[in-house]
Amino acid sequence: MNRIPILRLGKALLVTIQVDMHDELALALEEDLTQKIWATGARGVLIDISALEVVDSFIGRMLHAIASVSRVLDAETVVVGMRPAVAITLVELGLELPGIRTALDVERGMALLSRRDDEGAEGDIERR
Amino acid sequence: MRGRRETLSGGDLREIRSSDDVVRVRQEVRARAQALGFSLVDQTKIVTAASELARNALDYGGGGTVRFVEVRNGARAGLRLEFEDQGPGIPDIDQALRDGFTTGRGLGLGLGGARRLSNEFELVSQPGQGTRVTITRWK
Repeated sequence: MNRIPILRLGKALLVTIQVDMHDELALALEEDLTQKIWATGARGVLIDISALEVVDSFIGRMLHAIASVSRVLDAETVVVGMRPAVAITLVELGLELPGIRTALDVERGMALLSRRDDEGAEGDIERR
Repeated sequence: MRGRRETLSGGDLREIRSSDDVVRVRQEVRARAQALGFSLVDQTKIVTAASELARNALDYGGGGTVRFVEVRNGARAGLRLEFEDQGPGIPDIDQALRDGFTTGRGLGLGLGGARRLSNEFELVSQPGQGTRVTITRWK
């Protein structure tokens, strides 16, 4: 079975979804990502959906599941690169991706994650 | 039917038996909407609605079919999709259309979402006799 590659990018993991997802692939990605967060201690997950022409509730459910599991493992999920037509359609569909950060592209998504990480580090110092 | 003159053409039937078929339905809806000159946003809306309904037919209806019909109302072109399954049917249609209602593992946005993404929406279902959902999007 094909799997979606997961790349390491600093303290984050980057997943670029380029194919039309089906059930098995989505489940495999969720498992692979969870394993990889645990193995690498990644603090963030960037999911690049700029190649996706459609995001339906099935994909929404997958993103939601990934974000929930990642949060439990102390990694934040940022969905990046959503196309404008997809954004308009998602809102009308009623899918608002609660609990998931978004950014326009990978670069801004990375900036969002490193800001969170910096704030976390400062917080640790203040508590001492 | 509703005092409107529509001419129909096409009427191609496709099977929805697997997750791959859902992907194929999306691709065909995209190609047809594009050929009819739909805007990118309108294409995305009908493809997304079709994706929800194809998945419903698969997950809740145990598989089904979709019929593609290109419709015309005067100068206006549209794409009509009829999804049909022989599954258990929907006992309470109002409830099924409500956001957040699901008997499966979905988010419960499928039917209500597909209705919002379409210009016309019709749902016919009888418990034990399956479900037919027809949507139309006009250019």
